[in-house]
Amino acid sequence: MAEATANGLGQHTLHGAQAHDAAATGIAPAEVHQEHPIRLYLVVWVWLFILSACSYLVDYVGLQGYLRWSLILIFMMLKAGLIVAVFMHMAWERLALTYAIILPPILVLVFVAMMVFESDYTLLTRTLFFGAEP
Amino acid sequence: MADTTVTHTGQALARPAGLQGVAADWSSDQRAFKNVSWGKAMMWIFLLSDTFVFGCFLLSYMTARMSTRVPWPNPSEVFSLHIGGSDIPLILIAIMTFVLISSSGTMAMAVNFGYRHDRRKTAILMLLTAALGATFVGMQAFEWTKLITEGVRPWGNPWGAAQFGSSFFMITGFHGTHVTFGVIFLIIVARKVWRGDYETGRRGFFTSRRGRYEHVEIMGLYWHFVDLVWVFIFAFFYLW
Repeated sequence: MAEATANGLGQHTLHGAQAHDAAATGIAPAEVHQEHPIRLYLVVWVWLFILSACSYLVDYVGLQGYLRWSLILIFMMLKAGLIVAVFMHMAWERLALTYAIILPPILVLVFVAMMVFESDYTLLTRTLFFGAEP
Repeated sequence: MADTTVTHTGQALARPAGLQGVAADWSSDQRAFKNVSWGKAMMWIFLLSDTFVFGCFLLSYMTARMSTRVPWPNPSEVFSLHIGGSDIPLILIAIMTFVLISSSGTMAMAVNFGYRHDRRKTAILMLLTAALGATFVGMQAFEWTKLITEGVRPWGNPWGAAQFGSSFFMITGFHGTHVTFGVIFLIIVARKVWRGDYETGRRGFFTSRRGRYEHVEIMGLYWHFVDLVWVFIFAFFYLW
């Protein structure tokens, strides 16, 4: 019973029969295991190594300015995405959980924008009062 | 009405996918996370709250760095190591990154073998993960020692803005604490796997509930999160 067909996304998500749960409640809660081929993890592992090496090279080569910052951000987001999607199995969860966990941190960007204005203002007042760099 | 988390319809309702699925899952007084156990859902919600903690640390670091008139110390030089007659920038941090990523890889495989009831491989991979985590903390201790002997303090340093030290110790210290607790819990869960607690249904010493191999996956979620936080610290604090 409860052979995990409940997970609409899961070609990879297999056999999740929580038999004792089902027996206890008399209804199948259809909780599923996350089980994927080992090969997938190895591929992601290699990619994380490559991306880390790339972001280290950004510093080693000494790129500066917007090129440096955008490359750092791109490699960071790719790494974070791989870890959350594959290692933490978010890619195979239902959207209800994904949105509940992923959306709130994105709203932190509003806080970031607020603090950018605040820091600019602080820097302005400091510069006006103390003069430029000491 | 003993179990309020399950909707008793007598038969399974069809579950819409996509945005309709989000609305349907969250609405009408029912269990929101359909195919996720409470243990996994609660770990995710804990990680969400932890995201805000680290988010606030990184934000305060950004604010300090943007609002100071004094130049920020160049992390590329501060964290360089003198190896073989030349200074290699950020090399220790790069090695720490690779160690932590490797530990994430072994953890992901431990989860997989756990669900296959391969106790030996699961326990070995978890202990390997713990060993890599301990290595990471060790290298962090080395880094702290190096910086402290060079005169970095939370209230000042020889190279520039005083806020560098406080941001550094706060952010890496909190992350290192997370890694340390992760190592401790990895060893505890690995011991349970090794002893076969999840096969025999032995009750936990703290919760006195029976565990199952999902605990390995939940432990893995925490561990991957620690790696995830390091990705952001590496990008914003060390590379920026």
